[in-house]
Amino acid sequence: MRSFLRIVTTIGVLAAVSLPAIALADVPFPDIPKGKGDKCVAPTDEIRKTHMHLLLHKRDQTMHQGIRTKQYSLRECLNCHVQPKADGSYPDIDSKEHFCNACHSYAAVKIDCFQCHVPRPDDAK
Amino acid sequence: MSSNNESSGSRRTFLKGGAAVAAGLALAPGVRLLGVARAKPDDEAVTSAVRWGLLIDTTKCADCEVCVEACHTENGIEDQGNPATTPQWIRKLMARDKSTGHVVTLPMMCQHCEHPPCVDVCPTGASFRRADGIVLVDRHICIGCRYCMMACPYKARSFEHEKVTGQAPHAPRGKGTVEACTLCVHRVDKDQQPACVEACNASGHGAMVFGDLKDPNSAISNELTRHGGTQIRADLGLNTGVRYRGL
Repeated sequence: MRSFLRIVTTIGVLAAVSLPAIALADVPFPDIPKGKGDKCVAPTDEIRKTHMHLLLHKRDQTMHQGIRTKQYSLRECLNCHVQPKADGSYPDIDSKEHFCNACHSYAAVKIDCFQCHVPRPDDAK
Repeated sequence: MSSNNESSGSRRTFLKGGAAVAAGLALAPGVRLLGVARAKPDDEAVTSAVRWGLLIDTTKCADCEVCVEACHTENGIEDQGNPATTPQWIRKLMARDKSTGHVVTLPMMCQHCEHPPCVDVCPTGASFRRADGIVLVDRHICIGCRYCMMACPYKARSFEHEKVTGQAPHAPRGKGTVEACTLCVHRVDKDQQPACVEACNASGHGAMVFGDLKDPNSAISNELTRHGGTQIRADLGLNTGVRYRGL
């Protein structure tokens, strides 16, 4: 019995490890909208891991100390990353076309930033 | 915690100050030569060298609501259809002396006290007083308990009951948090005046003066020295930043 279980778990582990993550998932990797310019404030892998840490640290500095530099500011992120659609309107925060929501809905990590913050760049009307 | 930031940045600020002669002759953090342009650099933390205050002359306060409308427009506050729950950052009060029949009207907003009761009672630290005297709600930390609303003697704070739409980008507001007059901190940090003061001046009444209470040469200090200004509920000993004249 125990050896049977061992065989089953080994096959299961091998199957999970050998299949690439993208093919295994039901949900296709999101089509992340392109932002302005050619690169972000940090390399993609780094910013993917650390953007919340940077944003949260910056917001505390802005709120409590009045430091309003553009580096890691949420509004500056939006100014580049949220671009108007072909018809000129801006993507809704709940749609997959919004930069933040495209990844966050895929990763199933709920964000509440935009319950308060405007999800559009400064020049949006 | 915050005092360490000031002392560790002092050498850097000194060097920056040496290089920033054209920008405004900053001698030390927050200390500037009088009469020179005073815009605070974006990357400098606010300090207690400045204390922002308002002086409201009730004898010039007219029967209008220009300040209220300006505040709501500036901060994206929309009428939610229910006066009991629509947030109110500034409101007009009318007081009538029973014995003489004399009526005064005045705008009432967060008084930006030096010893704010709202800050004392806040369980999370969301209600805080910035170093330059502006009392704010950090809505990231606010849990919506409304203890500050109970503690405020001026009923300055409002709870956001409904899902908020149409916010201004510089004034994020959301359901479930408490909000109040920010003294237009986003404008003050850019060396502008609060929207209510600007609107009152533009309408010709000129009942509101905004400025640095710690600067003996500012317009507000001169007005206070010459004509005086009282606090509402001065008996509470809160040392408010908003003073009234003609009460």
